[in-house]
Amino acid sequence: MGKIIAVIMWLLVIGTVLLFVGQNVLFGDGRLWFPENISEIGATIDTQFSRTLVVVGIAFVLSQVALGYVVFRFGRRGQERAQYIHGSGKLEAIWTVATGVVFIVLAVMAQFIWAQVHLQEAGPNAVKVEVVAQQFQFNFHYPGADGVFGRTEPKFINDSSLNYVGLDPSDANGKDDVQTTTLVVPVGDPVDLTLRSKDVIHSLFIPALRFKQDTVPGLSIKMHFTANKAGKYEIPCAELCGQLHYNMRSFMLVLPKDDYRAMAAMSEEKFKERLTELLQQYPINR
Amino acid sequence: MAEAHPVHGEVHRHEPPSGFIRKWIFSVDHKVIGIQYWFLALFSVFVGMIMSLLMRLQLAWPGREWGFLKTLLPAAAENGTISPELYLSLVTMHGTIMVFFVLTTAPQGGFGNYFLPIQIGAADMAFPVLNMLSFWLTFVALAVMMLAIFANVIDDTAAVGVVGPIGGWTGYAPLSALGERAGPGQGTGVVLWITSIAFFCVASLLGALNFITTMLNLRTRGMSLLRLPLTCWAWFTTAVLALLSFPVLLAGGVLMLFDHIGGTSFFVPAGSYVNGQLVMEKQGGSVILWQHLFWYFGHPEVYIAILPGMGLTSHILSTFARKPVFGYRAMVYAIFAIGLLGFFVWGHHMFQSGMDPNTAIVFSVITLAIGVPSAIKTFNWLGTLWGARIRFTTPMIFSIGFVSLFVSGGITGIFLGQTAVDIPLHDTYFVVGHFHLIMGVAAIFGMFAGTYFWFPKMFGRMMNETMGKIHFFITFIGVNCIFMPMHIMGIAGAPRRYSSHEGLAYLGDSFMPMTKFVSIAAFVTIAAQLIFVVNLVWSWFKGPKAGENPWEATSLEWTIPSPPPHDNFAGHEPDVHHGPYEYSVPGAEKDYTMQTDPERAKSAGD
Repeated sequence: MGKIIAVIMWLLVIGTVLLFVGQNVLFGDGRLWFPENISEIGATIDTQFSRTLVVVGIAFVLSQVALGYVVFRFGRRGQERAQYIHGSGKLEAIWTVATGVVFIVLAVMAQFIWAQVHLQEAGPNAVKVEVVAQQFQFNFHYPGADGVFGRTEPKFINDSSLNYVGLDPSDANGKDDVQTTTLVVPVGDPVDLTLRSKDVIHSLFIPALRFKQDTVPGLSIKMHFTANKAGKYEIPCAELCGQLHYNMRSFMLVLPKDDYRAMAAMSEEKFKERLTELLQQYPINR
Repeated sequence: MAEAHPVHGEVHRHEPPSGFIRKWIFSVDHKVIGIQYWFLALFSVFVGMIMSLLMRLQLAWPGREWGFLKTLLPAAAENGTISPELYLSLVTMHGTIMVFFVLTTAPQGGFGNYFLPIQIGAADMAFPVLNMLSFWLTFVALAVMMLAIFANVIDDTAAVGVVGPIGGWTGYAPLSALGERAGPGQGTGVVLWITSIAFFCVASLLGALNFITTMLNLRTRGMSLLRLPLTCWAWFTTAVLALLSFPVLLAGGVLMLFDHIGGTSFFVPAGSYVNGQLVMEKQGGSVILWQHLFWYFGHPEVYIAILPGMGLTSHILSTFARKPVFGYRAMVYAIFAIGLLGFFVWGHHMFQSGMDPNTAIVFSVITLAIGVPSAIKTFNWLGTLWGARIRFTTPMIFSIGFVSLFVSGGITGIFLGQTAVDIPLHDTYFVVGHFHLIMGVAAIFGMFAGTYFWFPKMFGRMMNETMGKIHFFITFIGVNCIFMPMHIMGIAGAPRRYSSHEGLAYLGDSFMPMTKFVSIAAFVTIAAQLIFVVNLVWSWFKGPKAGENPWEATSLEWTIPSPPPHDNFAGHEPDVHHGPYEYSVPGAEKDYTMQTDPERAKSAGD
């Protein structure tokens, strides 16, 4: 019985290792893994993930193989008695300190990446976009040619007349503002996002950037990123927001700088026409 | 009992009540209450499992019509398809029922109630009436929760096709605080759901008080703290966690209830614009407050679910390894450390919530520190098995399975606990795979181990070993096939709580085949649970009679008849001379030395 359990355990370990490591080698493009990364910060997150995968993978394989081994080896043998041991303080101490050091070092390393994501500013030249989430779409608000956002207030929100973000019609700064449901950003320039929600919590998840941030009613959350490759990327909603949560998704268009600058100066009407063209032109990056 | 202890050796019998209702329904006997809790959990686990089956059907074959659904759920699935709102309602109810009515009730309310008094040598819990109240409040909570499933039958205004609240078991505000306008099922459904949880909180508080008092005050002569079985330490620590965390959920629940029926706004901020309309009457609420209150409870809850399983695993491994527990004291301290640290990590559920990112750093480091006591436990379990002479009974192999699943499920927490690595993984299937392995399946393996181990004591008959082993192998392989691939799906970026992932191109072509594989593995695993039920029923009536001590174990429950008499020790107070894990003592006559055996032997704690 012990031998059967041990063999099954070892087979499951092999299966798991194949699943996490082997399929990357075996299937190439058909593999299930992180989508292609298009940001510097994403690359550091991927590296930290891989580092953790190695550490955790070794710990996983060692402990499962050891468990299989003791089960394989120490089965009942007639009336023979087991060893009478109550433990070993020395082994206990070594084990505790070793795991403690490894885990804490991993945790601390991750904080440096976290600090780059959350504790740094996007910089003064960043492209500013306001995100206003609602059931079940993400709205993106651009300042238009003047570079200044028009004033917004909840009382001006009117979904039926397409004023999703609540632009004050009497504010001159808002006349050239653009509202879309696609996030348009330039390649290589930092993007400064301000995230809000009108109704419930949503979460702006851009897998290709390793970006995720909840949009929270009552809060304005600042985030930033830089996308390094042009293309069309999917943005699913990652926080349960109601009935059609599964269907709430937008696209991010990362455009060459010139294309982006041309669009940023357009009126809302032109912007949307151009956007429709581009959305058809670019295939989804997978 | 509350009255003065009789002089040692003097017989002080308590006769059982004679009427059926006092004996089996409103019983104050901890053993009957334990069995009641255990059956409540058994009922709940099947309800929760059927829900997961329906979810897996939808995920693998999105939008397909199922003829049997028209019959099974005529109101919720008239045309036989699982609608997005039905799917979310299943997600919510599956989570709530499993966490509260299975993982919290069976290991603690069930086994803890039955065996804590016996293992410490007491005639009953410290407060038997409180114990009865605690069970019946839990029962009322379950009944109200079942009503929430049928909220649309009660509430005429509910959209057709909804079976209950859709906000997930975490009930995040404001989705769950805005009522019906935020989504179908979010009105009456949420009110019933939160009422049920409030009842459950009170029940758990009463239970926790009882456990703590019982273990500290009612230990028999010679049962010093360091002679307690590790099961008792786990139940005790679990009770402390429950005592400190459930009140916070209760407070949160009451505030949520007021937001629904009292016109307050604790969780809804000003300027909300929901479903085409401004919410004029709500202002000043905080969305994140709910998450702090919820997870302040929610994270200790994870340990409430798993600690009894850890205690039980230590106990069973030692018993069938025929070896003392390796590092008994370290095991006790590790349980404390996990319990204590468990209170300072709730923020790791909220890294992407908009919480202050500096605070997240502290939560992250403490979270990874919990890996240390968890690693101590794993190391000591391996140490216990090293040099053993293992008897591969069904409870033993389930405990070995527990260790394996505990490692698999625990270790993936190292990814999620790191703030930066959590960014891409948060709210994906990686999280679903992680917590199902650790607090779901590992904890359930603990319950299976406990059932196979103690069934002979509780019902006086042995369970069938062959069926038990078949049950183990299918379940063990099955859960690995279900939950390991989920991690990969999460890495690929599949968001959780989606009723279909078909719309996401970046998931690639191998996503759906893997989803189907997981669903099929789930169906096989669920079907295998019928073997367990057949085994239970068959053994209850036809199983071979169990003697006093069929496993040749050492703790006090094995010194009394199976099933035990009404007052456990028939009026005697057992005398304890050893720790609970004196197996294979050199020079001893047998390879196990009962805790009541006066024979001299060195033992942990002496």
